[in-house]
Formats: sequence, structure tokens, C-alpha cells
Amino acid sequence: MRLLALALAIAVAGCANSAPASQAPAPAKAATTAAASSSASDTTPPSTAGPGALSVPNADPFPSTYKPFPSKPTLIENVTIFTAVGPRIVNGALLMRDNKIAAVGKSADDPAIKQAEGGESPVVIDGTGKFVTPGIIDVHSHLGVYPAPAVESNSDGNELVNPATPYVWAEHSVWPQDPQFPRNLAGGVTTLQILPGSGNLFGGRSAILKVVPSRTVQGMKFPGAKYGLKMACGENPKRVYGNRGGPQTRMGNVAGYRAEWIKAEAYRRKWDAWLKNRKGDPPQRDLGLETLAEVLRGNILPQMHCYRADEMAQVIDISHEFGYKVRAFHHGVEAYKIADLLAKEGIGAAVWADWGDFKMEALDAVPANMALLWKAGVKVMIHSDDPSGSQRLNQEVAKAMASGRAIGLNITEEDAVKWMTINPAWALDLDSKIGSIETGKDADVVLWSGDPFSVYTHADKVWIDGAMLFDRSDPQARWRSDFELGFVPDVATGGTK
Amino acid sequence: MPSRLLNLGICALGAALVAASVASGSAAAQTIAITGGKVYPVSGPPIENGTVLIRDGKIVAVGANVTIPSDAEKVDASGKWVTPGLVNAETQLGLVEVGFGAGANESRARSTDGVTPDFASWDGLNPRSVLIPPAREGGVTSVMSTPVGGLIAGQSSMIDLYGDTRADMILRAPAAMIAGIGDAGGDGAPAKGQVVAKLRELLQDTRYYQKHVADFDRGQSRQLSASPAGLAAMVPVLEGKVPLLIDADQASDIQSVIDLQKEFGIKVIIGGGEEAWEVADRLAKAKIPVLAGAMSNIPISFSALGARQDNVALLRKAGVQVALIGNGGGDEELFNVRNIRYEAGNAVGYGLPWDDALKAITETPAEIFGVSDRIGSLQPGREANVVIWDGDPFEFATRAVAVYVRGQKQNDVSRQDLLTKRYETMPPSYGPKP
Repeated sequence: MRLLALALAIAVAGCANSAPASQAPAPAKAATTAAASSSASDTTPPSTAGPGALSVPNADPFPSTYKPFPSKPTLIENVTIFTAVGPRIVNGALLMRDNKIAAVGKSADDPAIKQAEGGESPVVIDGTGKFVTPGIIDVHSHLGVYPAPAVESNSDGNELVNPATPYVWAEHSVWPQDPQFPRNLAGGVTTLQILPGSGNLFGGRSAILKVVPSRTVQGMKFPGAKYGLKMACGENPKRVYGNRGGPQTRMGNVAGYRAEWIKAEAYRRKWDAWLKNRKGDPPQRDLGLETLAEVLRGNILPQMHCYRADEMAQVIDISHEFGYKVRAFHHGVEAYKIADLLAKEGIGAAVWADWGDFKMEALDAVPANMALLWKAGVKVMIHSDDPSGSQRLNQEVAKAMASGRAIGLNITEEDAVKWMTINPAWALDLDSKIGSIETGKDADVVLWSGDPFSVYTHADKVWIDGAMLFDRSDPQARWRSDFELGFVPDVATGGTK
Repeated sequence: MPSRLLNLGICALGAALVAASVASGSAAAQTIAITGGKVYPVSGPPIENGTVLIRDGKIVAVGANVTIPSDAEKVDASGKWVTPGLVNAETQLGLVEVGFGAGANESRARSTDGVTPDFASWDGLNPRSVLIPPAREGGVTSVMSTPVGGLIAGQSSMIDLYGDTRADMILRAPAAMIAGIGDAGGDGAPAKGQVVAKLRELLQDTRYYQKHVADFDRGQSRQLSASPAGLAAMVPVLEGKVPLLIDADQASDIQSVIDLQKEFGIKVIIGGGEEAWEVADRLAKAKIPVLAGAMSNIPISFSALGARQDNVALLRKAGVQVALIGNGGGDEELFNVRNIRYEAGNAVGYGLPWDDALKAITETPAEIFGVSDRIGSLQPGREANVVIWDGDPFEFATRAVAVYVRGQKQNDVSRQDLLTKRYETMPPSYGPKP
């Protein structure tokens, strides 16, 4: 360990020494450009200025560069399909083509399948005894921002400098080489919402990622996905800032939210007025208020960490006060206590199957939480907040379903599948693209070795946009992140490093 | 002064060891026959349509042709599975009520050097913890209750989830001395070599102390690395009467533990053991048991780069004695002690034979911690810790339909049950209904 740290220190020092020589031309060039443009005119914006000068709704300064991986038309036949929108199809067939679900049928001979094949013969996979579900979606992940190994140098998930940091974006912390990504994919997870941590009242923007290998985070970003805004209730902000200027109390938390929304509303009004005719000097741009203004415009979805029922009810009032909508409460261990309120407000609940008791605000956790929320008609979904749990969200759902059945609720597997697919897709406002097995949707598909709610079942194959990115039967082809090379024993080669 | 402390330490220790072997006599005189189920005694092959006969809190007969006394209360388990009560070998049950921020955590001793071998954690054990009923509802009837933190965290106890007093509960105390190499090393933390040196020094001092107690009492001993009470608590470890459970993940650290065992002739157990599969043959040869989970596959630190989900299966294949513990990251030491059966299911999913998996959450932990004559299998003379399941106990859909601890049927209504009941209908009722 010591040797390693020393080696790292030397490497970093080496970079710093060599930087001035090799990097010198770039800054010089930038300076020249700036000087040239400022001399051109003092009144009109320089032609070389980027869009960053303006606070424009739905701006996309870090655009996705994701492209679907190469794929072949693929037919899975004789398989039980949980579509997440209707009853299961036993011995059914599913055709993926051109990155989409091309057809779903009762068998491979179904006219719909034949027609979608269009004369081309697909790769055929026999799914006898196996099950298909949509790709799993985890709306509460810290992969990449809290990567493995969990060392201080890579701990990039909580900007604990101010209780309100809506100006940070999780994607700027995501390390695409986090070895947890390939493990998540192997668990059938195809889409992740990466959130900043919960130490702040306003934690920052989330990133919606495809679970794919990429050199850059841009290459993982889900094209067209809305951002989320991480917010947090309760103990965490209090604990972090209690001795650092506050908030120190729950009432301090609420005052903190309201103070920011007041500023955000003024900011939104100012900018919306300017953007209407774009005359005169634009208002000063503010990264944090811009994110909050986008929430007020409905372009960013608030995802709020909140354990206690009474606090959730207060947050709902705050959302009414300022005219925004909480998309989902996360963790919500007491959500079952206000299931009726959440249903009425149309707010989702992203919860664990059975975590609790690790702090006071988690004291009233019950394993029937999900089931009670489902019964009340709340859009309920499983979430992990944990790189291990995220690999087994099907098992978490199985536990939650069993807990509901144990209190007499007649929850079907079809109901429960929604908790890890279409409902989390809704929480990201992506349910028109992913989260179900329906013709025309993105071909994010998991083939399970058996019933996905059995403890013995594994994801055998996983497709994202029709490309098979995980295949349990082919360890040689398994995605290993850069970090793993040399460090992590390769199972494919018999476990040697 | 030191001598008085010392004597106290030894007395307390002796008393605890004796207390552990005396069974509570409070079990009601009662005969119960659980009939018709598929019985998994663990100590032998499964028995179709088997009977488990319980009298006065003990198992008196297990088999296909057991004569049922006329006064026996018959429990029909047809179509059900019958197993020993499950054992979870790594919990903080009874020590922690709320993880933090509540002043309800008795699992950590405070010290300047992290060496507190005299911390007898069960002295703070709360038999009325609200976390005990949920564990029992999930078919867990015995646990190890373990202190945490530091190089030597203190002593753990093996307890039945039974009764109102510590004396009722304790099967064996101390069950193990808890130590950790784990994640040590690197920025700011002591180097692993230093941790091992400290362990070695402690064991050497214990040996010196053991031989020179009289000098020590007269104040004529050299300076030793731990308090008299601490050294006294280490004596049974040195004598091989109490195992030293060392948390170690990296293969090279596990090798250090193997070396320590050899050097001092002590009993050691590996806890965690993320990379244990890499040294499985050596562990088997040294007869060192491992407590490991079945859901860990993340290179979460530079000491656990080799973590893989078939660790347990590979260890068993090499002949290592393995007990399963929770490591899926979901409160499995407290709130989800009950989830140990899913750990077993996942282990099966990654190659561990089913029978071995059941063994790894019943008989094996009982063996490792020296209580297999009391719990962990369905055999005559054992405590009647028995669970009736409505299916494969490793499956999520399966529930424990009846749980017996020392022959007494548990009718738990946990705090979680009460909350669920209260909020099943909206709005909830907070008082008597009109």
C-alpha cells in the first residue's frame, strides 16, 4: 500500500513538471483568440462565443455521443416474456432489429414476427425454460461518482462545501472505468440514474447513463434524457452542516430550500423575460439558479432523498408554494405512511425492499413498504443506492413482493416486474422509450436463466439497443474496465491476475 | 490495583464460560411432534415424511419411524420443509438498536490504541432489542453477536434468540476474540505489517503474562502492550480455547493469519475473506475456517481486488470449512439478519451445493464457534431450535410458518408488524376506535 501511494505521488509530480512544456501552445492560442474577438466589437457578442454566455432552457453543453453498439437482428423464441405492460407471454417470441423491439409474439411463427423479419433471418436464441424482461433501471445509483475501489481520491459524489450546490453535475464526477459498471450490466441493469450524494439540500444534477463501456461519460449518456435534480431531506444535511453554519435542524433545512427557490424563481422570470425578445444585455448567468429555474420550467425532474413521512408532506407543500413537482421521493422508508398522499400527488416512490434502522430516520422501515405503496396506487419502484444491491434488483423486488403477499396482498409477478422497469422509466420520463417489451421501444432486454424472482436465477444475456453487451456463457468477451486489467483476477483465464 | 483488575477479569471470564454450558431450565415441560414434513437434519440426509420429536425444549428423536407419545402436541408439517433454526455468525443483534445518532450502539469499545480484548460485548447485550423478533420471524434462531472496530474489537458471544435475560440467551461467551486487518494500510492508517506486528506483540505479551502472573501481580513485570484485563482476556486465545476471528480480505493478509496460527498454535478464523479463494488450499491444509458472504464481487478496496461471487463455492471445493455471513450491503448485521437464507441461495447460484449452503448457515457456524453440541442440527439432545418452512428456505417466496426456539413456539409480533398493521388502512388509527 505504501509503495503504491508513493508511486502515485511520483507519477503526479512527474505530470506537473512536464505540463508547462507540452501544454504551452494551447493556452497561448486561446489567449490570442480572446484578444482578437474582444477587439472586434464591444457591443455585439463575439462570433466565436459559445452558447455558454446564455442561460437557455434545455441547454446541452455536454451532449451525448452514445451510439448503439453493433447488433444483429435477434429472435428469442420459446421464452416466457414479462412485458411490464400486460400479462406474461408463455412460450413467446421476441424480435430485436435495428436497435428496437421489432415484434413481440406468441411464437416465432407469429405473423407479426415474420413480417418484422422482413425476409432476413435473425440470430435465433432458444429461450426454453428462460424468461425475458425489459432491462432493469436503477434510479438511485452512485456508480462512477463513488467508484470501486472506494478510495478517497475517487470519492467524487458529495460536494460538501455548501448546503446548496445545484451548480454541480454528477456527470462531471463519473469515472467511466468504474469496475462496478460491468457488474451492474451483468445483473441486468441497462439504465442508471447517477445521483450526487445526499449531504446537501440541493445536491446537483443527476446523469442518466446507459450501462455501456465508454472512454467518456458523454459516450454513456442516454440521448435526450432529462436531467434530474438531487435534493435531500432530514439527517444528512443537518449532520454535515450542523457545525458549519447550518442547516442545523430540520426547520433549517426547510428554510434552506425555500430561500433557494425564491432566488430561482426570480432568476427564471428575469431570463424568461429576456429570452422572449433577446434585447439588451442578457442577465448574469448562474449555474446553480439555472438548474433550479429548469426545475421550475419542468425541464429537470426533482429526485428527493427523504425518509420520513412528515418531511415528505412538507416538501410537497414547498413544491406547491413554488410551482414545481417532485418526480420521486427516494429511500422513502416511511412512504407507506402517506401512500394516499403520494398517490394523490402523482409522486413516485423509489425505495428499498428492506433496508432500515441504520439511523433514526430509518427506524420505521417495514418490508411491506413497496407493497403498501403499490396497493395505494403509487408509482413505486425499487432502487439500490448500493453497488451490490443494484446488481440484484430482481431479488430485491422478489423480497418486496413476498412481503406484500405475506400480509395478504395479491401481487402478481407482472405487477412486480413494473417496479424495476416501466415505473423507474417513468421516474426518468423515459417510459416512452424504455422500460417495457413493446414494439418500437429501445431493445433493452434481459434474458434470465429462469424466473427472475428466484434466488437461483442469473441474467444470461443482456442487450442494450439491440446489441448483446453481456453473455454469461462467454467469459472471454466480458467487459472489463481499465482498472480491472492487471489488478482484478480474470475469471475467463482461470482467475489469475 | 492491577492484580485486582486481573483477578476480576479471570473470574468474569470463568463465570461466563461456565454459565454458557448451563442450559436455562425455563423451557416448559412439553412434548411436540412435528410430523409429515421433509426434514433436513443437516447432520444427516434429508428424511421424507419425517418426524421431529421435541420434549422439554430438546430434540429427542428425528426420523421416519419415530414413535409419537400420546401426550404429544402434533404439528402437521406435510408439504413443508423442516430445518434447524438458522444461525447467522456475524451480527450486532442485541448490541445495536439504531446504527448511529441515537445513543443506542453498544458494539464499539473506546480506546486510544484500538486494542480492547477485555471488552466482553455481551455485558451490554439487550435481550429485548426490537431487532430480535424480525430475525426470528425469518427463521434465524441463533446468532453471533459481535463487537466491531479497532485492531482487537473485543469478545463476541453466541446466543440463542430466546428468553428475557442474557443467561437465557448465551450459548457461549466468549465465542471468539474479534480482530481485524481488513482495510488497514495506506494513507494515514497503520501499515498492515504494523498491524500484524501488534497482534504478534500482543500474543507474545500474553504468553509472557501467562507465565509471570505472580511477578505481574507484585508489580515486577516488564511493561506489556495491553492492560492486565486485556491480557487476561487473551489467555484463552493463546491456549486455543477461544478462537481469534481475524477480519482479513487480501490473500497476502490471509497468509499472515495462517503464519500467526502456526507461530502461536492458536485457533484462528478468517472473517470476510474476499480473496480467500486464492489461498483455498493453504486454508484447507491449515484447517482454518472462513466466514464469507456470497454477494460480494466488487473490488471495493486494494485489499479486496479479487472479490468474486463464487468465493464460497471455491473454498468448499478445496475443503475449507465455510460459514456464510451477510455481505450484500443491506443492513444484514441488524435489520436484515433474517436475510442470511438469501445469502445461502445466492451461494448456490454461484456453485455451492445446496446441502453445503444449508450447512453453512446452521451446523458449520455452530461447529466453528464450539456450540454444535447445542445447536445447528436436528439430532437428539440438541436444543429444539426448529423452523417449518412452506418451501425452499432459500427462496424469496418462502416464509417460515413456525419457529421453535428451545422447544417453544415463537409468536412474534415485531415492531415492523405493528407499524405495517397500523398503516394498512388509511388514515391510520392512533387510538381506540369509536
